[in-house]
Amino acid sequence: MQEHILSILIFFPALAAMFGFVVHKDSVRAYGITVAAIEFFLSLWLWNLYDPMTSGMQFMEMAPLVSAFGISYLVGVDGISLFIIILSTFFTLIGIASLTEKRRVKDLIITLLFLEMTMVGVFAALDAIVFYIFWELSLIPMLYIIGAWGGPLRIYASIKFFLYTFTGSLVMLVGMLFMAYFYYQATGQWSFSLLEWYRLILPVSIQMWLFGAFFLGFAIKVPMFPFHTWLPYAHGQAPTIGSVILAAILLKMGTYAFIRFSLPLFPDASVIFMFPIAILAIIMIVYAAMVAYAQEDIKQVVAYSSISHMGVIILGIFALNVEGITGSVFLMIAHGVVSGALFLLVGVIYDRRHTKLMSEFGGLASVMPRYATIFGIMMMASVGLPLTINFVGEFLSLLGFYKQSHSYTLVAGTAIIVGAIYMLSAYKKAFFGNVTKEENKNLKDVNRTELLGLVPLVVVAIWLGVYPKPLLEPINNSVEAIVQLMHDKAQTEEAKQRIPDLAHSAGLNSMQEAH
Amino acid sequence: MLAPISISLASLNIMTMAPMLIAIVGALAILCIDLVKEGLHKSFYVMVSLLFLLLDLGAIVDFGNIFLKSGTVLGMFDMMLIDGLAILSQIIIVAGSMLFIPLALTSKRFHEYNYPEYFALFLFMIAGFQFMVASDNLILIFVGLETASLALYTLIALHNRSKSFEAAVKYFTMGALAAGFFAFGSMIFYAITGSVEINQIALALAKDEYVNIGFVLVAVVFLLGAIGFKLSMVPFHTWTPDVYEGSSAALAGYMSIVPKIAGFVVAMRLFEFLVHSGVVWLQVVLYVAVVVTMTASNIWALVQNDVKRMLAYSSISHAGFVMAAILIGTTQANTALFLYWALFSFTNLGAFSMLWVSRQKNLIPGQSSDHPYEKFAGLVRTMPMAAIMIALFMLSLAGVPPFGLFWGKIYMIGAAVSAGYTMLALIMALNSAIAAYYYLKLIVFMFMKEPIAEYQKYYLMNASLSLKTIIGIAAIGTIFAVFAVNPLLKVITLFVYNSGY
Repeated sequence: MQEHILSILIFFPALAAMFGFVVHKDSVRAYGITVAAIEFFLSLWLWNLYDPMTSGMQFMEMAPLVSAFGISYLVGVDGISLFIIILSTFFTLIGIASLTEKRRVKDLIITLLFLEMTMVGVFAALDAIVFYIFWELSLIPMLYIIGAWGGPLRIYASIKFFLYTFTGSLVMLVGMLFMAYFYYQATGQWSFSLLEWYRLILPVSIQMWLFGAFFLGFAIKVPMFPFHTWLPYAHGQAPTIGSVILAAILLKMGTYAFIRFSLPLFPDASVIFMFPIAILAIIMIVYAAMVAYAQEDIKQVVAYSSISHMGVIILGIFALNVEGITGSVFLMIAHGVVSGALFLLVGVIYDRRHTKLMSEFGGLASVMPRYATIFGIMMMASVGLPLTINFVGEFLSLLGFYKQSHSYTLVAGTAIIVGAIYMLSAYKKAFFGNVTKEENKNLKDVNRTELLGLVPLVVVAIWLGVYPKPLLEPINNSVEAIVQLMHDKAQTEEAKQRIPDLAHSAGLNSMQEAH
Repeated sequence: MLAPISISLASLNIMTMAPMLIAIVGALAILCIDLVKEGLHKSFYVMVSLLFLLLDLGAIVDFGNIFLKSGTVLGMFDMMLIDGLAILSQIIIVAGSMLFIPLALTSKRFHEYNYPEYFALFLFMIAGFQFMVASDNLILIFVGLETASLALYTLIALHNRSKSFEAAVKYFTMGALAAGFFAFGSMIFYAITGSVEINQIALALAKDEYVNIGFVLVAVVFLLGAIGFKLSMVPFHTWTPDVYEGSSAALAGYMSIVPKIAGFVVAMRLFEFLVHSGVVWLQVVLYVAVVVTMTASNIWALVQNDVKRMLAYSSISHAGFVMAAILIGTTQANTALFLYWALFSFTNLGAFSMLWVSRQKNLIPGQSSDHPYEKFAGLVRTMPMAAIMIALFMLSLAGVPPFGLFWGKIYMIGAAVSAGYTMLALIMALNSAIAAYYYLKLIVFMFMKEPIAEYQKYYLMNASLSLKTIIGIAAIGTIFAVFAVNPLLKVITLFVYNSGY
């Protein structure tokens, strides 16, 4: 069973979703929780079986699908994908457990289980076409969740979400076909296997074009600065569960794909595009923070702050060294936990008051003390207070980019401080001062169901902030392998310089290198 | 004094005509049975037609084995040409017809199925298409084309509605014009090369190094017009939405698949040698036609209010997409064409059948056409399975993986990439994105809007067990296409490559 654990992880939720059609609608929530819990424990078991000292792919499975065109079902995990898979199963469990939606719960839970399959599939896939299949399939459940359970503009928001991502991915698909064709030219064999593609060294000009094609697909998903316009709509209209999954997992597909595809496949192009992308990332950080500050809707504040933090992840990735990439992978987990929790918290208050406007609240701390405490902790984690989960990731990401450019890192670091301002001001507006509205005086504090979802997140946010090593070590090992691969593949002088050579400087402390 | 003609029967190789003859015999048998005993139920005729089509398919598969062993088979003074293309396209034609003919077994009664002639005409039409693809003689192609078209016009008109008459007359008029084009084009080729056989024409043109390029171009214009009409390429597409709207959904679905594969094969035989011999003008025209057909029809489809008309424009767009294979002209592209069309048949069959089962006899007040989007609003609440089925077919048409058409799409775009048509590959990909919008529109109506009570009694009203079976087959073919792609690719590549395309 251990050899097939990944396939089980991928297809178990889908199979369970099929069976879910039979379950009566009053019992379907318990069914959903059971399935998600089994899936979560399976993913923990995967972690238990995983050997953290190995940097390469583990639990690999291979089965030919279209051998005439080189497509095969190829899955595996390394330190980078392992924790994102666990994060996906964790959030599906929490999402279903804390579900407060009353309308058509059965459809919603079945959809969520299908979505879980696609999420695990994307992070486990090592064949470009299998990756693409799960990547595209993940759009459909999300389209349905936003479109059927969302706010008044839900149809517009869901279609915008779908078409934006679909268009980007089709360009990426053309890029994938080109990669396969170049592989065919070089070897006489069609192949879409990522591991085979890693061995291919492409001329720099071709790398630039292909980097562009892949970039479009990934950047829309992240979403990076000029392509981000679909996200505020999607978040604004999506139901709580939709926003949670979207922010915690789906956005990570983009950043994960940068590490899995763009960097190792096109090392020279990555170096060439390093600073342009860093500029976009910094614009993203600063601009989204400023927009967040101007929002009146508390959910939009969280949404823009989530975009802003995705900018730090991108910056860390394009530091192209071990610290930066490790930090950004860790920050993906951290961002998932924190922004997922914040969206859940916004959902709690929305369920009570059916409004998300900050002006409607004020003085909530005295009415809902437990809620205010949890919100406070998560907000502190979001602004990157030391000893919380975000701090570790942000610090490493910025440290990584500091080695490439001091001034850029300075700007990005300052922008993160701006982030503290808008979050604190939003918190002040909603929680402190006097209770101004009559309706707010008798609001109920968080109940058991909601605590069930929130407490584990708080625990994780603090635990990993204090002691990140269990995650950092496996991540670090796999990232080192990727950086080394990039260095070996790089052709231009600049790329050789920018991407550190780990094999020859193994003894050197990386901190000293920077000075 | 003419010398006495002596031909041995063996040299005629009359067996090459066996598949078509089976269909024709079947049609005649149906007419004879009707003479003997009138008033037989339509299910009898459906099953008899199916049996003859099964024999037909068997004969074609038999030729497939012969072809793999000993190559192309010629017969009837080289009029008949059974190569890989002919075999593959005949399989698609006959298998497609076999899936469509049971759609006559509706639970409601329809005028046209009371006539045994309907089924006889159906078989004649299939024979016509088979002749069309199994020859490289322009005259035989012409005869096949006209036989099939005339039968098809009648089939449309038999659906007893004023819109159907309009559709049939419109199709007939436009078809007559196209037939004229075809005849003119063939005539010019005959005038400059002295032959009506495509391979002879190619040889003759190559021999005198295209001195008559002016005439060649005029002939190509005429033939492009004629075939473009059959394939509903823009700007010869204007009949398509009206004719689809006027015919029954079952027949509309049929028209979007079977006649077109016949047209593609003729186009492949006619144009590919010209593209390969570097007639730049034709390359440019084809390039423009492909891009315009894909893009313009997608944009028209965006603004349709009726699902059937939307599907009509969508099928034009798919035809444009596939036409790219003829422009690219590599073995991989031609393989992609057949793969795409085989997968497309399943998906489109499903989509049109879903419309067919919810057909209503009379429009309710305020309803503008047979299948407005509103009709399917909130379908997921009332009939979740039906809604999921339609959504499945729509997603497949949009090219969402891992459903059927996705595989056709990537193989086709992959062929464009390998042949160096980068821009074309990008345009094809982006067109899929535009198309996603109108397919999504139906999904949005079904899954995200409130149901409208008046329409509810029409859902699946027409469905009988056999229709549901057909929809089930289409759904299975669409979902599990991923497992069929590899064997299909191997077989198709073998046939296409060995035919020299």
